Amino acid sequence: MSRMQLSLLEAHRSEPQRSQEQRSEPQRRLLATISTTLALLFSAPGLAGESLLLQSTTSTANSGLYEFLLPQYKQHSGVQVNVVAVGTGQAIRNASNCDGDVLLVHATAAEEKFVAEGFGVERHDLMYNDFVVVGPQMDPAGLLAADNVTQALTRIAESKAIFASRGDNSGTHKKELQLWQAASVNTEVVSGSWYRETGAGMGATLNTAVGMGAYTLTDRATWLNFKNRQHHRIVFEGDQTLFNQYGVILVNPAKCPRVKSATGQAFIDWLTGTPGQQLIASYTLNGKQLFYPNAN
Amino acid sequence: MSDATAIEQSRIIDHPMHNRAQSLLPLKVSSLSYSIRQRALLHNIDLELTISGITAILGHNGAGKSLLLRLLHGLIAPTSGTVLWHDRAVAELEVRKKQAMVFQKPFVLRRSVAANIDYVLALRHAASRDTRDKLLRDANLLDKAKQSATSLSGGEQQRLAIARALATDPSVIFLDEPTASMDPAATAAIEQQLQSVNRQGIKIILVTHDIAQARRLADDIVFLHQGAIAEHTPAEEFFARAHSTAAQHYLDGQL
Amino acid sequence: MQTFQQSFAHAWHLVVTGDATLLEIVLLSLRVSVTATLIACALGLPLGALLATQNFRGKWLVNLLVNTLMGMPPVVLGLIVYMMLSNAGPLGWLQWLYTPGAMILAQTVLIMPIVAALSRQVIDDRWSECREQFQSLCIPWHRCVFTLLRDCQTSLFTVGAAGFARAISEVGAVIVVGGNINHLTRVMTTAIALETSKGDLALALALGSILMTIALIVNAVVLGTRQRLQS
Repeated sequence: MSRMQLSLLEAHRSEPQRSQEQRSEPQRRLLATISTTLALLFSAPGLAGESLLLQSTTSTANSGLYEFLLPQYKQHSGVQVNVVAVGTGQAIRNASNCDGDVLLVHATAAEEKFVAEGFGVERHDLMYNDFVVVGPQMDPAGLLAADNVTQALTRIAESKAIFASRGDNSGTHKKELQLWQAASVNTEVVSGSWYRETGAGMGATLNTAVGMGAYTLTDRATWLNFKNRQHHRIVFEGDQTLFNQYGVILVNPAKCPRVKSATGQAFIDWLTGTPGQQLIASYTLNGKQLFYPNAN
Repeated sequence: MSDATAIEQSRIIDHPMHNRAQSLLPLKVSSLSYSIRQRALLHNIDLELTISGITAILGHNGAGKSLLLRLLHGLIAPTSGTVLWHDRAVAELEVRKKQAMVFQKPFVLRRSVAANIDYVLALRHAASRDTRDKLLRDANLLDKAKQSATSLSGGEQQRLAIARALATDPSVIFLDEPTASMDPAATAAIEQQLQSVNRQGIKIILVTHDIAQARRLADDIVFLHQGAIAEHTPAEEFFARAHSTAAQHYLDGQL
Repeated sequence: MQTFQQSFAHAWHLVVTGDATLLEIVLLSLRVSVTATLIACALGLPLGALLATQNFRGKWLVNLLVNTLMGMPPVVLGLIVYMMLSNAGPLGWLQWLYTPGAMILAQTVLIMPIVAALSRQVIDDRWSECREQFQSLCIPWHRCVFTLLRDCQTSLFTVGAAGFARAISEVGAVIVVGGNINHLTRVMTTAIALETSKGDLALALALGSILMTIALIVNAVVLGTRQRLQS
């Protein structure tokens, strides 16, 4: 046997441990990665302390109202309110899946149905503002001269001026459909011609309307807070029919056992009580009041 | 006492002349056939290798040389017939682990030259800097130990592949046209390395297209013709006067 | 156009003043997407290696599934994850909905097929070169996979970077399962969507340019690491 073979054999015997160490090195690194990852995964900042999940609408969130109200509530109660802002339709659906403690939306009929079906405990009026029709500066359909909202919409339909609809089953969309019905316009027939459904949120629809030079219906708060107005302005406002009521509902713990009912009820009591109502009334944007409290 | 220890001990007592290849020899191949979709690529191969020298497998393209090599190494299973190394089936892991193979296109891991050797040593639980350095020195690659293996030339990569094969401490090494498309200097270096490997008592079975190489290296020649062994002859005799007409034509055509 | 000048000035202002809210959003984006990428790689790379190196029954089905899932719209995936994690869903007890964990889960599922499919291709090419050599060395399967992954690490880095890019740039899934909650689940893309919906295009673009800058830095790091690995 040659010297090399011997040295190989010796080497084989003398160093059996090293390879083991070499192999475990990447495994150890992998384990470290996994444990760090899991630690990251399970930690959720903001969940420390008591918190509440509020399912609400984009219009209230975009108005900046929550950034004004919620820190004050946290100071008052120590409870962190987390807001999920989606369309009213989706907010109600999320709450029906028990994914939320409190629902704050603006579609009274749908809210009452939500309570009637047992998903909500009780509906409270909270505040209102109003819808306005915005359109291009030139106002080609002449809405500025309209006497009431039915006449305004009829003018749009007759002149076939472009109108951008939310088309997303939101509170604003539901309101808009009621108004068209009152004006005897069948939107399903004209959809795709001058009547255009964006199927998107209020902000996205406003962007589209501005881009197309179209009229659209929006709540006043979103419009006042909207920055991409370009040459669009309010062309019709002030009709009693354009009243926009917001309601607040506690999700029913009988249906959804995980609902933080006590914390949620306390929040609703605060909102509908004197301190909450006064704060809502005091919230302004560029000197204009956005919401009018009307809890009983 | 485990088999492995027994074999190791028997190796140590072995006289240098009866070298380690003896632990696997003789190789006995009986009635070996291999076919794909009823087409026989190799049929009825009988072969016995007893000496630990260098065996070259020659033959035309498509004669089944590389296929035979893989069957002997157990990389593929035959359709029928047996391959026995020292009376043990080639499929046995203990047998397979005593064999190494070097391919036509040198394959190196994308890491340093030294790490390529370390990888195989670790695989056989034999990691050691001394062993690695010795293997690299023998392959004339020690000064390039820290280089990336992929940055080596084709010839150097093949020398590394041979050194890596040696790191498994084999009794037999198979080589499938190891110097194909290499220049004469690189070829010479590899041939030198192979001769030195063989002198250490490791059996070499080599497939080659290069008749001159077979003449330089081989102790015996297995000549394959159309999927069968035309003859198995000592090298000197083969090149002096091949027995089979097929081999005569092959040599004539080339010479 | 004025919006562009405005937005870049805005972005610059936010960055130099070290805006706390912005920092929070950026850090959460990175945390969510980096974690998702790591998990997706930890699962997707071995899956890719498995698909490249092994034959098993139903492999074509797995391949078909992986290839199809690569084209999954994030919002659809977001909805599926939402339905799983919802209190009305089977995983509601985890209480993950509207947390960073939910966003990590969604992005992980989103990019894992990409990581698996791309790594399968990378490893498949290498495997065809080294299959016989590994077989000859009697390397057990799990070790083959580990060796292949290491051998292809520079290419796989790019695969990971592609997964990360998809994760950090998507908005559809995280907005549904995260809810875009301020200070809790608001990331770069959902913040951009929010500012766009408020019509604050300048701020949205500013956030967008910051997102691109982060992507640029991450890719520079990946490229740098690649080059170091190669040399």
